[in-house]
Amino acid sequence: MSVVAASQVDRRTLIRQSARKSHRRRQIAGVVAAALCGLGLCIALVPLISIVALTVSKGIAAWSVDFFTRLPTPAGIPGGGIVNALVGSLIIDGLAAVMALPVGFIVALFLAEHEGRLANTVRFVVDVAAGLPAITIGLFAYAIVVLPEGHFSALSASVALAVLMLPIAIRAGETAIRTVPQDLWEAGIALGIRRARVARSLVIVSALPGLVTASLLAISRAIGEAAPLLFTAIGSQVFATSLGQPMASLSLVVYFDGIQPYPDLQRTAWGTALTLLVIVMLLNVSSRLLARRMRRFTR
Amino acid sequence: MTGTPLKTFFAPDSRSTVAAEAEARPAPAITVRGLGVRFGSKLALSGVDMDFPTGRITALIGPSGCGKTTLLRSLNRLHDTTPGARVLGSVHLGDLDVYAPEINPTEIRARIGMVFQRPNPFPTLSIYDNVVSGLRLNGIRKKAILNDAAESALQSAALWDSVSHKLKTSAMRLSGGEQQRLCIARALAVEPDVLLMDEPTSALDPIATSRIETLLRALVKQVTIIIVTHNMQQAARVSDYCAFLMVEEDRVGHLVEEGLTLQIFSKPADPRTEEYVTGRIG
Repeated sequence: MSVVAASQVDRRTLIRQSARKSHRRRQIAGVVAAALCGLGLCIALVPLISIVALTVSKGIAAWSVDFFTRLPTPAGIPGGGIVNALVGSLIIDGLAAVMALPVGFIVALFLAEHEGRLANTVRFVVDVAAGLPAITIGLFAYAIVVLPEGHFSALSASVALAVLMLPIAIRAGETAIRTVPQDLWEAGIALGIRRARVARSLVIVSALPGLVTASLLAISRAIGEAAPLLFTAIGSQVFATSLGQPMASLSLVVYFDGIQPYPDLQRTAWGTALTLLVIVMLLNVSSRLLARRMRRFTR
Repeated sequence: MTGTPLKTFFAPDSRSTVAAEAEARPAPAITVRGLGVRFGSKLALSGVDMDFPTGRITALIGPSGCGKTTLLRSLNRLHDTTPGARVLGSVHLGDLDVYAPEINPTEIRARIGMVFQRPNPFPTLSIYDNVVSGLRLNGIRKKAILNDAAESALQSAALWDSVSHKLKTSAMRLSGGEQQRLCIARALAVEPDVLLMDEPTSALDPIATSRIETLLRALVKQVTIIIVTHNMQQAARVSDYCAFLMVEEDRVGHLVEEGLTLQIFSKPADPRTEEYVTGRIG
């Protein structure tokens, strides 16, 4: 029984020879595939790097202490700044976040914990809402806040941005809550803790790093949007802090100053674009650092 | 083929009292009658009648898919959280009808604790906070009570000596075996009458497993234990009573027989039980 049949020996030899031959071919294929991946990566990086490079090179000239501390000046008069737009963006986006994130995360918890027709419908609606053109959202805020009130306002801009942030917060929040293992739910339930309490004190806490990331993601998406602000905040040349008034914002400065024929205003637009870029980058980096830090247990 | 060699499974000193118990079976802590579980249209378990004796360890054994875990999870109403799951028949904890409409399932779960297959401490909480989580999240705030509960639960779980100096560190820093004992402590802190264990050592190494088994023998003095295990030797080593479940081609999961572990392993009444405990099926 230990003697191997002749046909089996032949087959073995054939298999080994063929393996040796194909080895070379597979090596080449591997190198080609790796090269293609590298090429794809370069193609993808080119626009990204050029945008950053262009914005930095054009924007850095506008940056100065005055740029961040003074109010805008009319075209031709040097020394203008964007402090009102910085503060405006902070107020508008901050208020939008306060409106959108808590609601978003509650919906996210619902979606993460419920299967069924209602959850699927909500998920579908949220996905559609995520694809809504920003300008449409601006029009919506115009219709429900600006028209009834009779004037443009920071509040209406916040409403528009909140609507924009909501689907992002919901979907990113759902993902964050879903990463909490089912084990943890069962562990809590089996201890005789009420479901709502398990959700609040155990699940949400475990999902916190993800929720922080989701928040910053939603905020950084909203902060760069100009379209929803066009007929809501509308922009302002003065230092406005009242929610009932028109307010300046960074993205509006980029838009309005960028389309002016005056070089100094165009420079302001580039400087503001760079400011936005840096803010978004800081938000992303800090969300990552914060998430990592929260994951590392310290008490 | 009746099992004289099976005797070697039993630790020599573990249950000298059990043999004498043959005639005096303790009153049931949990009684199930006609118990079945249905997931959607699929029946997973049916017609289980059984008493789980107070102050004893009962092992649920049987091949994969026979409904051991399904049975276990129906005792503390954990199926409530599974969409589409329906429990048929009745479960009584003492005189209390576990599935009565006026019963709050969270109260049942506080009285019937559970330890899962994989250690599942709350990852964001410290060792201390894990142990007292069942109390704290049910509204107990008094420091003194929490401290006492934490210490006694950790003592009972044989974990106090190794963690008492680092109660505020993350539960995730403990080894797998320690994490599982922490989960036992967490369940014990709520002072349950019954402790359900779903293959509690299947994710652990042999040393950690043997520690937990020793622990179970000590724990059963204070709490009734029902344990699901795939490991026949474990069932033989730790349990006083044993229930054999099976699923067959023409029959969903059901109870084949139950009784004293010694009897199930040495002279089972049903030939299928004998085939299973001697390793010929499953």
